Order: sequence, then C-alpha cells, then structure tokens
Amino acid sequence: MAESGFGQKAGRRRHLLGIGGLDPGQIRAALDLAETYISLNRQGGPRDVLRGRTLVNLFFENSTRTRTSFELAGKRLGADIVNMSPSGSSVSKGETLIDTAMTLNAMHVDMLVVRHDQSGAAALLAQKLDAAVINAGDGTHEHPTQALLDAVTIRRHKGTLENLTVAICGDVLHSRVARSNILLLTTMGSRVRLIAPPTLIPSGVAAMGVEVFNDMAEGLKGADIVMMLRLQKERMGRSFVPSAREYFRFYGLDQAKLALAKPDALVMHPGPMNRGVEIDSAVADDLQRSVIQEQVEMGVAVRMAVLDLLTRDTRANA
Amino acid sequence: MTATAFTDARLIDPGSGLDRMGVLVVRDGLIEAIADAAPEGAAIVDCGGAILAPGLVDMRVGLREPGEEHKESLAVLAAAASAGGVTTVMALPDTDPPLDEPALVEFVARRAASFGSVTVLPCAAATKGCAGRELAELGLLQEAGAVAFGDGRRAIAEARTMRLALSYARAFGAMIVQHPEEPSLAQGGAMTEGETATRLGLPGIPAAAEALMVARDIRLAALTGGHVHFAHVTTAEALELIRRAKTDGVRVTCDTAPPYFDLNETAVGEWRTYAKLSPPLRTEADRQAVVAALADGTIDAIASDHQPQDTDAKRLPFAQAEAGGSGLETLLAVTLGLVHTGRLGLVPALALLTSRPAALLGSPAGRLEAGAPADLVLFDLDRAWQVREEALVGAHNTPFDGRPVQGKVLGTWKAGRRVFG
Repeated sequence: MAESGFGQKAGRRRHLLGIGGLDPGQIRAALDLAETYISLNRQGGPRDVLRGRTLVNLFFENSTRTRTSFELAGKRLGADIVNMSPSGSSVSKGETLIDTAMTLNAMHVDMLVVRHDQSGAAALLAQKLDAAVINAGDGTHEHPTQALLDAVTIRRHKGTLENLTVAICGDVLHSRVARSNILLLTTMGSRVRLIAPPTLIPSGVAAMGVEVFNDMAEGLKGADIVMMLRLQKERMGRSFVPSAREYFRFYGLDQAKLALAKPDALVMHPGPMNRGVEIDSAVADDLQRSVIQEQVEMGVAVRMAVLDLLTRDTRANA
Repeated sequence: MTATAFTDARLIDPGSGLDRMGVLVVRDGLIEAIADAAPEGAAIVDCGGAILAPGLVDMRVGLREPGEEHKESLAVLAAAASAGGVTTVMALPDTDPPLDEPALVEFVARRAASFGSVTVLPCAAATKGCAGRELAELGLLQEAGAVAFGDGRRAIAEARTMRLALSYARAFGAMIVQHPEEPSLAQGGAMTEGETATRLGLPGIPAAAEALMVARDIRLAALTGGHVHFAHVTTAEALELIRRAKTDGVRVTCDTAPPYFDLNETAVGEWRTYAKLSPPLRTEADRQAVVAALADGTIDAIASDHQPQDTDAKRLPFAQAEAGGSGLETLLAVTLGLVHTGRLGLVPALALLTSRPAALLGSPAGRLEAGAPADLVLFDLDRAWQVREEALVGAHNTPFDGRPVQGKVLGTWKAGRRVFG
C-alpha cells in the first residue's frame, strides 16, 4: 500500500521532512487525497478522522499563513490543536530543540508541525520524537507542504504535472519553497527553470536538474507556470541586490514580462507578496492569470491529506 | 638504570629510511642503540613482529584547558594522545584565555608534562588575544617555550598584520601558522559551497576562500622572507599554489589532516554535525588532490587537527553546531589507510607523522636513533578495527564514527615508560 510508506522514516515514526526522497507514487497519493478533501471541505469537512489526536503547531519563526492553514486542516479533521510560538533570542533557539522534543514526548503528542530558521531542524526533532513531524519550513532547506499545494493547484489547471515548463523566479538562494518545488516538479517529469540574478542562484543548483537563467525575458519564454518568490527586504542594499527598484526593473513580474510566457501561463506566489518588488499588483490580482488565492485554499486540503497519511499506521493500530 | 630491549620488532626510522627487523635498546629515557640482540640483563619487551616507530608528532591539536575543560581537559588529552600513539603535540593558542602571555605558555607545557605521557609544544598567539590586531610578544613567548605562532582556528585576516608577523618572527627564526581561509568569504558558512550544501539548505564557503588566503600569504612570505606554514590545506588550488611557491624558493610549508584525504563533503549526509569541520570537508576532486600532494611531497606533515567538542556543542542544527572533530586516536589508522590502498609508502607515511613535523617544530622527537628520546609507538599494521565514538578515550566528536580501519596501536612509550597498551 503506497500510503503506509508516505514520508521519511526517522526514529520510531514516519514524517514529512521534505520532498527529497518521495517517489512519484507517494506524491500522487498525497495529491489525490488532497483532491478528495477539497470537495469534502466545500461540504463542511469530515471532522472525525483525527478525533482524540493532538497536533502541536511549533513555530520558531512567525508565520500567520502557514500556521493558520495547518490549524484549519487539523480542526477540519477533528484533532485537538495547540499552538506554540517559543520566543527568545535566535542564538539560543537551537539549544532547546532536543529539550523541546523530550517535553513533547512526555505530553504524548501525535503530530508536530514545526517551522524553524535552521536547515535540518525538523530532521533533528524527528530523530528524537515519538510524534509524526511535519516540516513547515526549515531554514533554507525545504517546505514540502508548499510544494504539494503548488502541485495540486497546477494539476487542477493543467491536468498534469508532466512535461510542463515551470519558471521559478527570484530569491532562489534563500528559498526553501524553491528547493521543494524543484524536487517535486523534476520528480514528476516537468522542466524547471530558475530565473534570478547570479547572486541569488545557489551554487551547484544545476546538478538538481534545472536550467538557470539570469535574463528574465529569456527564461519566461514559453513557460506554462510562472512561480514568483518573495524577496526579503534585508536581502537588498548591502547584500545581494542593490535596490528594490533595480530588482523590480529586471526581475519583477509585470504584464509586459508575463506576455513572454505562454498565453495561458499561470502566475503563482507562495505569499506573502512584496507588491512592487517581485510582483506588480496588476499581475497578482489578475484573476485570469493569478492563482495565488487558490493556492491558499489548496494549502488546507493538502495539509489535511498529509496529516491523514502520516497517522494512518498509528490509527490502524489503535 | 637497567636497559629495556624491544625484541622481535620491525624497526622503522622514517627520517633515515631504516626499516628492518631488530632490537631497540632504551636506557634512561633515551634510545641507546639499534641492535641484533638484547643486552644482558635488559628487561625484555617482545614486540611479536609488530612495527616499532617513533611516537607520533602531531603538529595541530586544539586545547580546551584552560577555559573549556568540560570538552576535554589536558589530562584527558594526554590519555587520548597515548591511545593514539602520539607522544608530542603542538597545541593551539586559542584557549580561554588565549596563549598570548608567557606565563600561560609555560603553564600549559608544564601541566601537560606533569602527566608524563605527552610533550606539549605550545604554538603561542601571533596577535594579542588571537584577535588579529596587535602583535603578541613573540620573543618573550618563544623564551617561555612557544615553538611557533598563529591565531589558532582564526585566520590572521589583515594583510598588514600578517606582513608584520611574518617579518617580526624572522628575528626569532619562528614560523607563522596560518588558518588559510579568507574570513569575509567564509563568514556564516557551514560547509563547502556547492550542490550538497544547496540541497541541504546550508550556507556555503567557497573553496576559493582557501586559495585566496594562501596566494596572499605566499606573496607576503616572499616580501618579508618570513616562514609561513599553512595548516590543514584542503583544496587542489591552494596545493598547486604551495607547490609552485616551494619551487620558487619561498619559505612555505603546510600540513593537512586525515578528514581531508579520507572523507569528502558527502560525509555530512543529513546534517551530521560530527562532519562539520573548519575548514569544511571538500569535494571528491579536492580530496584526491590532497592525496596526490601527500604523495609528491608538497604537504610536509599530517596533523590530527584534533578539535574536541561536547554533545551540547554538536547536537544542534548544523549551521549552529560548533565545527571541529576529535582526531588523536584515529590519526595513525586513517593515515595507514593511504598505505593499505597503495597511495603512500609506509615509511613516507610515517615520516609525515613523525620526522617531518618534528623538524618543523625543532623537536628532537620523531627519530628512532641513538640519543633520541625513547618516545615510541608499537602498532600492528594490518589489524582491523572500527572507529566508534563511544569507545574513544578523548572527546567523542569524531567524523570517522563507524569507519572500519586497519592498523592498531598496541603500545605507546614516553621517555622509555609505557603509557598505553
């Protein structure tokens, strides 16, 4: 059974630590299940799949959007939800990770959704934890549920994940969303192009099976999907790009640049958007092209599917 | 005092190339003779045909005493050295407080000597506080026992400071030991830049950070006539620069450490923090270049770059974990891996661990000849064992955990006294 093998084994349980290591069958199973939850949600949701189970949302980094999405997903499946946002200095955050795992074990938590600013933090927790760990973003490593929800969105519009040309534009260097999407889309048989200034392209990324473009016009030609990434303000000025206006001029998505992609190309963004930096409002809000709001809806369904899949073995034993 | 005779030994003196079966006679802590039979009345140590060589001279060992004794005290370091067949070490100055005061240099050497099993030769700070700004009192530090100068795990970053250090140290005939890494390129990095770092989402350090510093310091050595020694060189590009500088007659020497010729960046796996080292593990191509530079003589010594860390410093997300691996107890066996795979002859391999570093440090150790200190290691060249972190005498943070190796230390002697085995 494909579902029983979903995710990555670490310690005593299976977890979703990344897209890396998932095969096309596992990805398809998650997407198919998400589709059924989309329709169930529109009818009010199943409400009982995770009854009596406890889900902890542990967010070391702020994120209203992702945390709320997981919270809704858990609630719609009937789980008890606890939100934890540990504070404290960023330097000492890591020191408490193992202690946190021990505490959660003592509380008999079933599922842990974790976001952390350090790559590998979810994997470190998974080694020590009795609960199923879902990586909601670890440093610049992965954000697997974002890639899954992007994939559902693409599949609903294009009918397939094979042989598409997907342009991922912007701050790839610091983006866990980009890494998860590269892994998922190449695993499913699509072509991925990265478009960014050389300072925002991670070293050696071509070995992950992608094409790299520094010229946005070149990279957008014939694209089926244009996926924009957020450029954080602190990456400008002294560090990676000289200014917001220069960045928008050469790498911001506006109607003129979008016209180079296929006429039916979809525009996506993981949010939150920096309007006028990486994306023009006219494009972001164009309901003919932008599926940014739909991505949010898919997010809840995909997270329901992931929570469901990762707890099937323990629920069967209960 | 009566003599001790080591019988049925394969005696190897790497400096002279001696390699023969025989008897080594030791008296009053010194080697008295290489003979064919034991003198009458001598105490006998039957070596059973195993190799008897000079105790290893490890020219790069991080100290955690004073300041971080919980990571590894000098007493534990001494025991770990004995277990690894190491009888002389050059200790780095980046302790807390750093070894930038003559009294501290004396303290470390004297305290280590009190255990009677290992000679600690301090590398004193090149700059006050190892901070890279003002020169430390090199002359007074040398009088107190310092054999070289450097800033430990920190590069001497400013070209002007490095120039001064190289120039001033000439007056005392001392070498400056550099951690060759351009700090502004390495800053914030956790492993070598490239595909593996990108997949793991870790900030990278470009390999060029090493070559850049090596190129600069070769020019400064040429400018000043000073002697620069590059510690733990890891990249093909830097080694090529050093190779050329040696041909050009610049006073440059270098060492490397076992992780850099035995492992590559893939040892990081999924954020294995025991494989987080400084400099970071490199690509396979660079690893092969290090092996080639050992074989052609470009590299002058193999040092363990022993850097003890405790669990609290390592059981963290990779980028936040401390760098460094323990190495004293795996130095010999991992180096012998090069011999077993035919990349290096046994005698040249042992020379890299004994006579060649001893010559750089001006130490009488590292030789198996009459009059030399009776610092000895007895080892079985072929015996296989597996490195297990929990079995280490010293700090457990080895990047070689789980690695099967061949070549086991059977006994270690310091000044004629058995200290291990």
